Amino acid sequence: MDNSMKMRATMQGDVADVKVLIKHIMETGLRKDKDTGKIIPAHFIDLVSATLNGKTVLEMQWGVGVSKNPYFNFKVKGAKSGDKIAVSAVDNLGTNFSGEVVIS
Amino acid sequence: MNQMRRAFLKGAGALAALLSAGLLDPIAAFAATWNKTAFSAKTLEDAMQAAGYGNAVESPDILLKVPDIAEDGAIVPVEATSNIPDTVSMAFFSEKNPNPLVADFTFSNGAEPFLATHIKMAKTCIVRVAVKAGGKNYMTNKEVKVTLGGCGG
Repeated sequence: MDNSMKMRATMQGDVADVKVLIKHIMETGLRKDKDTGKIIPAHFIDLVSATLNGKTVLEMQWGVGVSKNPYFNFKVKGAKSGDKIAVSAVDNLGTNFSGEVVIS
Repeated sequence: MNQMRRAFLKGAGALAALLSAGLLDPIAAFAATWNKTAFSAKTLEDAMQAAGYGNAVESPDILLKVPDIAEDGAIVPVEATSNIPDTVSMAFFSEKNPNPLVADFTFSNGAEPFLATHIKMAKTCIVRVAVKAGGKNYMTNKEVKVTLGGCGG
């Protein structure tokens, strides 16, 4: 389950630049199946949090308007090379996703 | 595989046990709870209000980067930086989406008031970023022309 997240974190001056990509369908619940005519149920990541060395730095709530295979980029001041960034996420069906990266 | 993974799996197992015992809500590990009212709101104003960004005033100190024209409404890059002191959170809205609130971000412990992501846009409309800072709400808007909508499919 945990090949679903790709992360990269690099220092830019005294700020860590973190880029994250999560593999997820992000189904809106508004589309119809072309064959059956039935609505495809919503399936999307709704909560995401990021930590620097275990301390929360970013908390996010997402709706169905976040693109499929969500990408996000954030910056943390006061981080240094070798520090650890961790991201965890959960979708509306209760599936958990997590990833970790060491800042280079 | 490695120590980290083993620790994680162990943790996940313990979590699963708690979950199955009904002792823990699945989202209890996250400080925030999902704001259903705000994400279900159907108009920009209702969504702003429900997400806690009501009465936001326009501010030139929020920099919003969006493309003028998006060929594919399913993936529209959006980037925002708030230069307003004491910015605590930021939210992205797409005015004419069935549910305008796209995402809400809270910054802490050194996170810069910056976020870039990709959003879906149903049609040509305003992208708004709203900011909470120092107990007040601010916003800025930019229109994006969408050639092919990204919501209906």
